[in-house]
Amino acid sequence: MASIHYPVEHSQVEDAPFSLSSYMYEWVSTVDHKRLGLMYIVTALLFFVIAGLMATIIRLQLAFPNGKVVDPDTYNRLFTMHGTTMVFLVGMPFVAGLSNYLVPLMIGARDMAFPRLNAFGFWIFLFGGFLLYFSYIGGSGLSGAGSAPDVGWFAYAPLTSRAFSRGASTDYWILGILVAGIGSIASAINVIVTTISMRCPGMTLSRMPMFVWVMLIDSWLIIIALPPLSAAQIMLLIDRFLGGNFFNTQSGGSAVLWQHFFWIFGHPEVYILIFPAFAILSEIIPIFSRKPIFGRPAMVGAVASIGFISLGVWAHHMFAVGMSSWSNTFFTASTMIVGIPTGIKIFNWVATMYGGKLRLDTPMLFCCAFLFQFLIAGLTGIMLATGPFDWQLHDSYFVVGHFHFTLVAGLVFALFAGMYYWYPKVTGRMYNETMGKWQFWLFTIGVELTFVPMHFLGFLGMPRRIYTYAPDRGWDFWNLLSTSGLIFQIPAVLLFVYNLLYSGFKGERAGDDPWDAWTLEWATTSPPRDYNFEEIPEVKSSRPLWDLKNPNDPDWRHE
Amino acid sequence: MDAAIVGKAPLIQGEWKLPDRGTMGVIFLIVTESALFTIFVVAYIVYMGHSLSGPYPKDVLDLPIVASVCLLSSSLTIVLAEHALKHQRLTLFKLWWFATIVLGLEFLVSTGLEWRKLIYEDHLTVSTNLFGTTFYSLVGLHASHVIVGMLFLILVMLVSLFGFPIHTQERRVKFLSWYWHFVDAVWVVVFTVVYVIGR
Repeated sequence: MASIHYPVEHSQVEDAPFSLSSYMYEWVSTVDHKRLGLMYIVTALLFFVIAGLMATIIRLQLAFPNGKVVDPDTYNRLFTMHGTTMVFLVGMPFVAGLSNYLVPLMIGARDMAFPRLNAFGFWIFLFGGFLLYFSYIGGSGLSGAGSAPDVGWFAYAPLTSRAFSRGASTDYWILGILVAGIGSIASAINVIVTTISMRCPGMTLSRMPMFVWVMLIDSWLIIIALPPLSAAQIMLLIDRFLGGNFFNTQSGGSAVLWQHFFWIFGHPEVYILIFPAFAILSEIIPIFSRKPIFGRPAMVGAVASIGFISLGVWAHHMFAVGMSSWSNTFFTASTMIVGIPTGIKIFNWVATMYGGKLRLDTPMLFCCAFLFQFLIAGLTGIMLATGPFDWQLHDSYFVVGHFHFTLVAGLVFALFAGMYYWYPKVTGRMYNETMGKWQFWLFTIGVELTFVPMHFLGFLGMPRRIYTYAPDRGWDFWNLLSTSGLIFQIPAVLLFVYNLLYSGFKGERAGDDPWDAWTLEWATTSPPRDYNFEEIPEVKSSRPLWDLKNPNDPDWRHE
Repeated sequence: MDAAIVGKAPLIQGEWKLPDRGTMGVIFLIVTESALFTIFVVAYIVYMGHSLSGPYPKDVLDLPIVASVCLLSSSLTIVLAEHALKHQRLTLFKLWWFATIVLGLEFLVSTGLEWRKLIYEDHLTVSTNLFGTTFYSLVGLHASHVIVGMLFLILVMLVSLFGFPIHTQERRVKFLSWYWHFVDAVWVVVFTVVYVIGR
């Protein structure tokens, strides 16, 4: 007999009368991977809204020449906090939240390898986030100068030295990120060990879902790439508090070394952020094409090679600082090479869809848009990887357009797809499809309107991070067009939040497996119980639920 | 259902056994710590000979032979302690464990005396020059790891002295010993870079 049983229906146990304090206590003291995963994702969404509002103010300021929405100092704080928040308090908790919630379910485990470490990781991350935002109150420090950090999200030396950044704003940036980073490393070690040590019987590495594979390599990148940032931040603390000379050029230190250390972290970091998108697409596209993923070993190989090559491309962020031509050549070449596995992935997703029976529900729509938009983002990336081209457009709005296309038109689209796809599993109810489709079209139009013009602005010579511009530069039209995207993006995000809340109470009951899917998380109840699986499943192929549903043509005959 | 097909299902060969999660956890902790140390070592190497003013390493640094011998031999004594624990010889375990602590303490005391000499006699502090900044950071980062290791070693010593059944914790003692070996290995790198190449 097949070894995976759908859980038996339980008679509903009489619940104790609802009390807010015990409900809160349950969430605060939990070590359950599903609850921690949800807390990560909800926190990420909250920070996403906050950083999104900051972006709104930035765009309003730039909508017209000589804008006067905020003053220059506030503007510097806004883009610093927007960038820092989006990378460290939105992207990273999404990585941790998704892998926490899904990895144990997908590999048929009852929890992560270290549940308490998991809880520690979440709370210390949250504390890091609060510490960063407390700078708005405490940033002026004893010297009464400064507020929130205003040194940009990569905090280049010597702008961060005591002389140029008085007050405590930069210290809040350092400590907040350092502390949140400890949480990310804890969570990454947990994901790696869970994947290695907690798989259910029969779940060999070659049968492991693509999602788990990608998150495993993502976590590998986190534990290799985050410590360099922590190390550089510790050095910066030594400089700022003990009078050290690491990045002090007057004593022979080097400001460029900070750039190297930051981007040794920073470039793998952008792969850390985009990997969840790869993971989500590799699950959703096969299910909605009714075909197993095309070229599975090539897919795993591509992700693994990105996991190594991306550690050796960092200085393509630094073509403009004047490295030797050998360095420029090397980093141009290595950056071009990292484009190859990414191309393999796009090819495989398209090949999975080719000849499939496509179902264009909301998650799939977001995935399709991802393919187009991420391709464009990848192509502008290849353009910027070329040293001479980068000299022309370095630090221009072209770069801003490029990385917003990867992270918003790419990552955020995939995250929306993932959140719609797993919503019925998490809540037990189906989201509203009409609202989902509306959100998709509003958001797509808004994103295109906002971020496509940035590329043109870059070509027209608009530098990034400028507070305002004169009317005679020819930038007015594109800037206004870019800001007008807000008219579509803001309602789209509001509609999404409303859909989440509304469907949580009023949505149709989804059942355990609404998508007719193949991975193990759909074999348990929706929402899953504390122990995930009544009986630890045993798998025989990479699509255990397919085997169960099609006993006459199980997958393991073909593998 | 077609019984013939089910009969051919690939069976799991033998018992389904995966690596121990504690072991894996310690290994990846060491990997991520190595990444942290690497950056500090790189910073030290990059700034070697870049100090604009003295004191320079060749003037003030002496080879910490005694401290190094102590720390490295503590790796040996902790293995012997582990071995004794494996064979349930608890007194022997406590003896070797105590020896490890003494050797570790000797290393810390030597470092402390070295720093005292550097600060009071040679007037080298973190802010004096690049050498001071990188030296105290790298050696200090390593020393802080030794201190953390010491705290755990002392904890194990205390609980075993007060009758806690330490022989049931062989696995955790092994993890602690791995961490200690890691700290030793880092010292080999630090010693080579700071005291041999950098002098």
